[in-house]
Amino acid sequence: MATATAATADTTAPAPTTGTATLTLAKSITAGLRRAMQDDEKVILLGEDIGKLGGVFRVTDGLQAEFGTDRVMDTPLAESGIIGMAVGLAMRGYRPVAEIQFDGFIYPGFDQIVAQVAKLHYRSRGAVRMPITIRVPFGGGIGSVEHHSESPEAYFAHTAGLRVVSCSNPQDAYGMLQQAIASDDPVMFFEPKRRYWSKGEVDFGAADVLPLGRARVVSTGSDVTLVAYGPLVATAKDAVSAAADDGVSIELIDLRSISPIDFEAIEASVRKTGRLVVTHEAAQSVGIGAEVAASITERCFNWLEAAPERVTGFDTPYPPAALEEHFLPDLDRLLDAVDRVLGRPNSLSDWEG
Amino acid sequence: MLRSTVSKSSDSEVDLLDDRDFVQLIDADGIRHPSPTIDQWVADVSDAQLADLYEDMVVVRRIDVEATALQRQGELGLWPPLLGQEASQIGSARALRDDDFIMPSYRENGVAYCRGVALDDLVRVWRGHAHGSWDPSEFRMAIPAVIIGAQTLHAVGYGVGILRDGADSAVITYFGDGATSQGDTNEAMIFAATYQAPVVFFCQNNHWAISEPVGLQATRHISERAPGFGIPSMRVDGNDVLAVMAATRIALDRAHNGGGPTYIEAVTYRMGPHTTSDDPTRYRDADELAEWKAKDPISRLEKYFESKDLLTDELKARVKAKADSVAAEFRAGCIGMEEPTIMSVFDHVTIEIDPVLERQRSQYAAYLANFEGGE
Repeated sequence: MATATAATADTTAPAPTTGTATLTLAKSITAGLRRAMQDDEKVILLGEDIGKLGGVFRVTDGLQAEFGTDRVMDTPLAESGIIGMAVGLAMRGYRPVAEIQFDGFIYPGFDQIVAQVAKLHYRSRGAVRMPITIRVPFGGGIGSVEHHSESPEAYFAHTAGLRVVSCSNPQDAYGMLQQAIASDDPVMFFEPKRRYWSKGEVDFGAADVLPLGRARVVSTGSDVTLVAYGPLVATAKDAVSAAADDGVSIELIDLRSISPIDFEAIEASVRKTGRLVVTHEAAQSVGIGAEVAASITERCFNWLEAAPERVTGFDTPYPPAALEEHFLPDLDRLLDAVDRVLGRPNSLSDWEG
Repeated sequence: MLRSTVSKSSDSEVDLLDDRDFVQLIDADGIRHPSPTIDQWVADVSDAQLADLYEDMVVVRRIDVEATALQRQGELGLWPPLLGQEASQIGSARALRDDDFIMPSYRENGVAYCRGVALDDLVRVWRGHAHGSWDPSEFRMAIPAVIIGAQTLHAVGYGVGILRDGADSAVITYFGDGATSQGDTNEAMIFAATYQAPVVFFCQNNHWAISEPVGLQATRHISERAPGFGIPSMRVDGNDVLAVMAATRIALDRAHNGGGPTYIEAVTYRMGPHTTSDDPTRYRDADELAEWKAKDPISRLEKYFESKDLLTDELKARVKAKADSVAAEFRAGCIGMEEPTIMSVFDHVTIEIDPVLERQRSQYAAYLANFEGGE
């Protein structure tokens, strides 16, 4: 009896609410899930291989053992089924967190996300709430096969009724995930899979947590505003350092929320710098960068010294791994765009198109 | 207790319009056929209760006919008639417990009527005033799902929630023969079987998905699919209100007692068009319609009552008075419906305030203010 009690106590030890730890981004998401599940018994995890295996990226590692098979549910291999079931659970009063194994696997669930999850609140004139979080490991740079490196966030940002966010560091991963789960709106939570193993300090009791919809100024600067999110924030940070060595002061904004976009934060920055560069891994046309460039041009036209620049993936399918370094925006392409908005010599100086 | 579907493995050509292989208690001529296995499930249904089911069907048909007329008169943009499917909807809906939840498609107006949804709320969607009319938690019935089959998965999720809550209620999800081809419907059956969710899959096989005959969706009886998913299945005469009620009760009894999902194929017929925008004369024979008219769910019950001298002037007068008053209230509610306000187009997109959308709202308000009398 005593042994059993001890075993139970061991596996239900409360998630830390104070103190700090150095965690990988993946483990900070695990910690966020664990905390959310302890705080609210209506939180249920569902997805493929998330139970015993702990997910293909081990993000849910140990959670089924701790919370049981009815709160960490391995599902049949059907993404529409996963999302559709989450809708029903939400209607019953639950707060489902669905894991889509890889970005490129989300399309079978697209209809349920776009036509049901996003629309039921509007359709019901506010009577139905969809407090669903859909976790999606996204982006490239891991040398994987097709369908494992995509950035589909713009599809969802184009859909009214969804909030779309992406974290770039362990502290945000921990905090934003809990905010997403606590939100009564459906949230698409894009996890930068190539940063899963990046470490950072996580303050479990962090006060003054930035609201989920707000962008963060990562570093202040006066010459150029650089907007990034998810996996490219780390790349953009490198660009900030490299540019500083060259005497160029970049203000880096981590968008965090892709829908809605915190335009006030970008506006404030561009009114100071007069120059805007936006970057993402997703293809360029009709992407988040286009929306940021257009909206900031509308709002800050008289402050702009140069046309906004986009540094993005190409309008191609995601290429084979051997070519992905050319597809993915990197430090040098970011610096080249910074040169363009500054009117300095750059790769396109002699380009005639 | 479940009647398993008849095996047709030796028969290469299955006539899908064949109505032999199903549970039937009252046939098209109003003759009551005793069933040693099924009768016990409706043993408590007295002739008086059968008269109530008859009244429901007459009233719902009257609502349906009235709605079609309102569409023709320009009061509704569209209406999906359920003409001919009254027994399937009333027989199943009246079998439900109050705490059983309903996940419907868009044609279950008879079911919604049984659940007490306000009459004007039956047409708010079809008048173009809203995408959904009622609060699902108030009526334990979700608002109509237009995407074919999407609601079947919601039923499974809701059912899994019921299990987790330790409750003993059930979910019934309605869909048509067309929906059985959708991935969602098949995934729902897989998930329901995996988690043993207390779900009743209620397929109204009305033989037509707009212009496509059921033979295009299925080359065997639809009910034969479910056992392959591990779900017990029944095929029932969907124009026999008593048989439908019995089948639904059997399925619900399983769901309420931890027995998991059950599948019902209710064989019925869409006597009207798919919607008021449709023209069935382009794709189906008048003969087929005449054949099904002879199996009408309401007239067969009248024949049954006649055979027992129960179709009294009093009953006829009572039902007519009810149908008349419901129809009048329904029409008045439709025509007198308050228009949605212009700025409500921006309401209920998200719960948390979206500053980008608020900017659009504010800009559109400014635009409207430019016009004299604008908001």
